[in-house]
Amino acid sequence: MSKEMENLKSEIIRSSGVNPKKCMRCGKCTGTCPAFDEMEYHPHQFVYMVESGDIEPLLNSKSLYKCLTCFACVDRCPRGVEPAKLVEAVRLSVIRKQGANHLKADDIPALLDDEMPQQAIVSALRKYSK
Amino acid sequence: MKKVAYFPGCTLKTKAKELDRYARKSAEALGFYLDEIENWQCCGGVFTTSRNEIATKLSSVRALADAQKKNQTLITVCSACHNVIKQTNHAMQTDEEFALKVNNYLGAGNEYDGKTKVLHYLEYLRDEVGFEEVAKKVVKPLTGKKIAAYYGCLLLRPNSVMAMDDPENPTIIENLIKALGGEAVVYPYRNECCGGYIALEDADSAKKKSTSVVASARSHGAEIIVTACPLCKYNLEKNNPEAKVVYFTDLLAEALGVKEDGNE
Amino acid sequence: MQRIGVFVCWCGSNIAGTVDVEKVSEALKNEPGVVFSTNYQYMCSQAGQDIIKDAIAEHKLTGIVVCSCSPRMHEATFRKTAAAAGLNSYMVEIANIREQCSWVHKDMQSGTEKAIILGKAAVAKVNLNAPLTPGESPVTKRALVIGGGIAGIQTALDIAEAGFPVDIVEKKPTIGGKMAQLDKTFPTLDCAACILTPKMVDVAQNDKIRIFSYSEVEEIGGFVGNFTVKIKKKARYVKEDVCTGCGICTEKCPQKKVPNEFNMGMDNRRAVYIPFAQAVPKVATIDPNYCTMLKTGKCGVCAKVCTAGAIDYTQKDEIIEEKYGAIVAATGFNPISMDKFDEFAYNQSKDVITSLEFERLTNAAGPTAGKLLRPSDGKHPHTIVFVQCVGSRCDACAEKGKEYCSKICCMYTAKHAMLTRDKYPDTDVYVFYIDVRTPGKAFDEFYRRAVEEYGVHYIKGMVGKVSPEGDKLMVRASDLLANKQLNIAADLVVLAAAIEPDKSARPLATMLTASMDTNDFFTEAHPKLRPVESPTAGVFLSGTCQGPKDIPETVSQASAAAAKVIGLLAKDKLMGNPCVAQSNELMCNGCSSCERVCPYGAITYADKEFRMPDRTVAIRRVAMVNEAVCQGCGACTVACPSGAMDLKGFATSQIIAEVDAICK
Repeated sequence: MSKEMENLKSEIIRSSGVNPKKCMRCGKCTGTCPAFDEMEYHPHQFVYMVESGDIEPLLNSKSLYKCLTCFACVDRCPRGVEPAKLVEAVRLSVIRKQGANHLKADDIPALLDDEMPQQAIVSALRKYSK
Repeated sequence: MKKVAYFPGCTLKTKAKELDRYARKSAEALGFYLDEIENWQCCGGVFTTSRNEIATKLSSVRALADAQKKNQTLITVCSACHNVIKQTNHAMQTDEEFALKVNNYLGAGNEYDGKTKVLHYLEYLRDEVGFEEVAKKVVKPLTGKKIAAYYGCLLLRPNSVMAMDDPENPTIIENLIKALGGEAVVYPYRNECCGGYIALEDADSAKKKSTSVVASARSHGAEIIVTACPLCKYNLEKNNPEAKVVYFTDLLAEALGVKEDGNE
Repeated sequence: MQRIGVFVCWCGSNIAGTVDVEKVSEALKNEPGVVFSTNYQYMCSQAGQDIIKDAIAEHKLTGIVVCSCSPRMHEATFRKTAAAAGLNSYMVEIANIREQCSWVHKDMQSGTEKAIILGKAAVAKVNLNAPLTPGESPVTKRALVIGGGIAGIQTALDIAEAGFPVDIVEKKPTIGGKMAQLDKTFPTLDCAACILTPKMVDVAQNDKIRIFSYSEVEEIGGFVGNFTVKIKKKARYVKEDVCTGCGICTEKCPQKKVPNEFNMGMDNRRAVYIPFAQAVPKVATIDPNYCTMLKTGKCGVCAKVCTAGAIDYTQKDEIIEEKYGAIVAATGFNPISMDKFDEFAYNQSKDVITSLEFERLTNAAGPTAGKLLRPSDGKHPHTIVFVQCVGSRCDACAEKGKEYCSKICCMYTAKHAMLTRDKYPDTDVYVFYIDVRTPGKAFDEFYRRAVEEYGVHYIKGMVGKVSPEGDKLMVRASDLLANKQLNIAADLVVLAAAIEPDKSARPLATMLTASMDTNDFFTEAHPKLRPVESPTAGVFLSGTCQGPKDIPETVSQASAAAAKVIGLLAKDKLMGNPCVAQSNELMCNGCSSCERVCPYGAITYADKEFRMPDRTVAIRRVAMVNEAVCQGCGACTVACPSGAMDLKGFATSQIIAEVDAICK
């Protein structure tokens, strides 16, 4: 593992509060994930890849923006690993960089319709942008 | 009349005005008053789980601190606001480092110690008012209506923090429906995600999730789906135009006879 | 003044790796009373013990200190060594410089410093030690087995075989336990009833064994060799000695809507019932929660139809008091509640069942007469999903589930899957597993047969959610090897629920003053070397009350426990523990504080005559300790406000000397 990845891994673990070593590889998170089809890397892979320092592919994956933060994996994990928190920490490590926002304010008007509640916009901005 | 601190949230002031209005009217019919806290700010819609996210949680902490100053329980109606505020409160109670940083922001004299009790309107009805009392005040029972509760994610999860109900087999909205004289339809997708904010950038993904929810409710015989969340309502309606989705406060106001007719 | 010898053990590198043993023996040489000090590689070895014996003789030692491992490990060894050299065993003190020192310290300097301090404390204590002689107590030659499952049955049969009388207390109306509910047993597929019921009959026919069925232990007093136990025989409203077990009452009783616990509530029984055909004792029991006669006084059908005249609505609970030399806990297990795991929809669909329910569904004596039919609609299921590890192997911090592996589920699930495919080749059977654990004789071969010969689909992954839709159960799960999410439309879902100790175990442990772990399994005296004994003398462990076990393991442990009981009952007398409390009558003010805190009932009071300074005689109430009953726990010594109570071998003065030595 490169020094850079090692730093990134410890930052992700620290800010998420997740200990990926607790995972027993049962895959219940992935078995329960409603965004499975949209994701390239699935919740159990996030846990495993962060643990083994193979984080690079995650940084560039659209999976980061497909997680719904529905917490199904968090509640159903028998080991209390909380994969969604890990996904969020990896995403933050990307979008906190200058100019790395996934969703830009200028893009929003085109995505709106008349009924869409404010809640959707602020939530998406929170999740996708800094 | 008993006053409780109330955090309406931005959507309840715009797209979901009826969620707010019927919550207030029903409260008064049930003998409590939603005392809107001053200068509240948007909760942000989602709780950022990272422990080093401080700024985005300050608006929730300010709301919690305001309620504490009034020595009142803090009530929310919107599932999203509720989720964010309850999780923020939990972080203030359990994560010392986080709490310290937050209080540094708030400045001396404005610190918040995590003591405010946060309840969802539904919890307040169940635990403080009592569904039996609610039932006694019903003037127009929802007799014969097959109503499916849609919890989504935000009301129930993470259960260790929300602690509102059994996250896999909840009963709180069903019991409210029964108290209002309706027939509660139980179906397995009531605690599955509607797609949430993904609707903004991946409408197909949201469509898939919300159509399965509605299909599940219908296959179990539901005529009406009831929710506490504007975004859930949007996703379910948008992707299932034929489905009838209403806020729980709508049904509540109707049953209590405080829903004005016509222009709504 | 004592003449003390100090013996510092290296324990190979276990101690010597972190503690400078040479320095320790050197430092302790100068302590008051010490006339000899040495160190050696393994003090517990024959050569090491010889060093001690020789030193006792050569230096005329009156006390010794061994700086070594925990006294739990080798105190007994060194006491024997001392005794062999003519020294009183209680003149031996152990300074634990391994567990409390070398194993917990990383650097040599602090390890050595602490070892010296612990050694000094032990020397200070030996200086105040006095020879002690253990008393003797007789042994009641009768054993009590609590729990009448296969564990209790095997233990009782083995003890009886050796010629000692045994009583079995079973809270249910029949013995047999969980094994009686099983269909086939892995990996040989013998019918459980066929191998269990002959043993149950053996128990019934053995004149050394008494069965107290429908009974519970109420109170336990006394100590090893001399327990006094109160057993509550619950009123079954049927005279056990008159009932012929004909079963006519169980057919005529009009109350038909009682959930049948033997069939896991999947069918109903009557208010008067015999749990199953081979029950022992085969007598009826009236369930007072459902019997109309007992509840309202109107019915009496069973009494009318009973030709033997065995029904007695006026029966009362009966307390039986009996003396025992040894007690065996064999309280067994239960599957955990599935309430906290409703992502699997156990509470939302009748067709989501536990494995024990599945056993009943496939058992010829079960609710479907052995036909595999769905509980909801009685239809034959075509797609069956088994979910492993439900509630087992959970995180300690998670609020649901157990941290341990329940051990039996992998094998019984393989059995269920195999038998289903064997009997119903038209079924698709899926097993979702995290790991398949098969460490047992012919176990892995069995599991492979399920896969290779019977075509059971084993999928590595966990089920995330079960959704009842129409008459199907939609199972969403992950297939980790294929990196896929599966959606299976199943007809029946079977959950391998974790197992936990029976709820009666915790109160029993309290009565026995036996220790338990955080999961409420009984703790062994030593996890490897004394696995069937509780640390509480005279209490033995049989079966799953000690930890998850399958039948062969349970039976082995049951027989092992019996062997230990027989070893105890074969003795005529037991040597007691001389480290018991003693009351200084001159200081005792008769306040009863000690009596109130004594967990063993070892303290009594007597009025005694005392001669006063003015030559008059006064009568004062003072505490007296029954040395045979006292276990030396020391509770009384701290409770006593006047300092009259002291513990032999652990006198307050000795403890203070130790503390002083440490703080010096």
